[in-house]
Amino acid sequence: MQVLEEGQGKLIGWVDPDEMRKWVRENKSRELKDKRMSVSDAVSKFIKDGDFIVSGGFGHVRVAMSMVYEIMRQKKKNLAMAGKTAVHDIDLLVASGCVNKVEVAYSFGHEMRGLSPASRKKVQDGECEVVAEITNADYQWRFLAGMMGIPFIPARNMMGTDTFKKSSSKIVKCPFSNKNVTLVPSCNPDIVFIHVHRADKYGNAQIEGISVEDFELARAAKRLIITCEEIVDEEVIREKPYLTTIPFYFVDAVIEVKYGAHPCNMPYRYYFDEEHIGMWLKMSKTPEGIKEYLDKYVYGPKDFSQYLKLVGGEKKMKSLMNIENLNFNEYAEE
Amino acid sequence: METTYTKTELLAFVASRMLEDKRSVFVGTGLPMIASMLAQRTFAPNLLIIFEAGGVGPKVPTLPLSVGDSRTFYKAVSASSMHDVMSQAQAGYIDYGFLGAAMIDKYGNLNTTVIGDWEKPKVRLPGSGGANDIGSFCFKNIIIMRQDKNKFLDKLNFITTPGYLDGPEGRKKAGLPEGGPYRVITQFGVYGFDEETKRMKLISLHPGATIEDIKENSSMEIIIPSKVERSPEPTQNDIKILREIDPQGLVIGNE
Repeated sequence: MQVLEEGQGKLIGWVDPDEMRKWVRENKSRELKDKRMSVSDAVSKFIKDGDFIVSGGFGHVRVAMSMVYEIMRQKKKNLAMAGKTAVHDIDLLVASGCVNKVEVAYSFGHEMRGLSPASRKKVQDGECEVVAEITNADYQWRFLAGMMGIPFIPARNMMGTDTFKKSSSKIVKCPFSNKNVTLVPSCNPDIVFIHVHRADKYGNAQIEGISVEDFELARAAKRLIITCEEIVDEEVIREKPYLTTIPFYFVDAVIEVKYGAHPCNMPYRYYFDEEHIGMWLKMSKTPEGIKEYLDKYVYGPKDFSQYLKLVGGEKKMKSLMNIENLNFNEYAEE
Repeated sequence: METTYTKTELLAFVASRMLEDKRSVFVGTGLPMIASMLAQRTFAPNLLIIFEAGGVGPKVPTLPLSVGDSRTFYKAVSASSMHDVMSQAQAGYIDYGFLGAAMIDKYGNLNTTVIGDWEKPKVRLPGSGGANDIGSFCFKNIIIMRQDKNKFLDKLNFITTPGYLDGPEGRKKAGLPEGGPYRVITQFGVYGFDEETKRMKLISLHPGATIEDIKENSSMEIIIPSKVERSPEPTQNDIKILREIDPQGLVIGNE
């Protein structure tokens, strides 16, 4: 197959499928064992400076924020991160200096809420490198190829655009259709962290609502850390096995973090904390504001439960639960 | 009684009228969402709304703030995955797509990645997100954006999302599927694309807008046909529904 055009972006997260098979064989235990630990132990045990990390969920939805805060608290450095539509997580991790390389489908913005002042400035000042461009569909297909154990997957987009030129993909003539087709490289990230509704102590994880790309991402990961709203008995999982998006043998650590997506949206549980996100967007316009925010909400609290108290605790979460459940009257009475 | 409305309400209304009943549409947050909801609640009750993060056919209760938020699969027929819906788009299941952009060129190519040099950006924008996917895969794309001399350009410094690329044969030569930009809606009017040249062409002017406005606020040459229509105006009922969809005026409240 002749390569017609090569994207000039840097290839990150690609692992030769045979090397990945070897890694899986040697490192991914098939044993049903208790994987519970603390968030801080999971971060210190699995995440090394320079790793390529990917956060699950989508935008401000179902994001493992306790992991994001802990990575910042432990001052991890030179991390590369997938901007696979990454919003609040990547904004904080770039602003705090933990992440300095990003492959961008969508980053440095907060969707309807506007651009991210902090991470955008880091890119414009040359302190954070955009290693490559890509699209949302192609990023999740990178993970799909990664979970399938194949080196690339064909796609029919990006051709003719600068998004392709700055990507790490290649264009070839398809041997079947004789038309041009984009080959998107597979991706097996060093570290993936995903927040889910429930899991058992072995890591069998269930998601309610859209899975976005977490089915593929979990299976493509070298190391997978699951945080969940609640840890339940194995029997609860086995009662409804069709809800299990991620079975235990993909999972390396499981941690119960109630409200662990705050200030992001946890479907069927609690809505976005617009007040908190708005405060960050306002404060992150200046270096002093960024420092003040991080000192107060990230470095100050020693763990997620202390952070939760700081942002309004159960009372706040109750009001966000009412908004999620469209119970606006009750919210008004809060 | 004369209907009063904001400029953004007019845009939402005009966008809604481009959709069709019993067709599918890929929507983002903001105006596209509002336009699709208005279409559903007026003339297109069976418009199938699909969100890129996996929400399919929801009964959207209040305006979602993210294309993945729980409102995008509220009472939906399916809450699935990005792989699922992006594959559906690539396989030809999605008729309409909505796009926004910082800049557009005469062939409807869009830039949402960078202002200035890619290596040393003057302003770094969020990038493609799902835009390149929508621009590549949906059959008819509707672009909603503000128009001025710095946004309507002859040529872009960075093409994030394909329109017709470099003209009539552009997409086919590149290997992209059939599809492309269908309409562009700005604060002044509605544009389509000339059948032969695939260049942007004026279709209708909004109330109060003139051909001079169009020319003064563009750095590309727009085809102006001899007959230019007036954009349709919303009725009192359309405005009532729009304000039910966005009661706080998060989007439609903007002038």
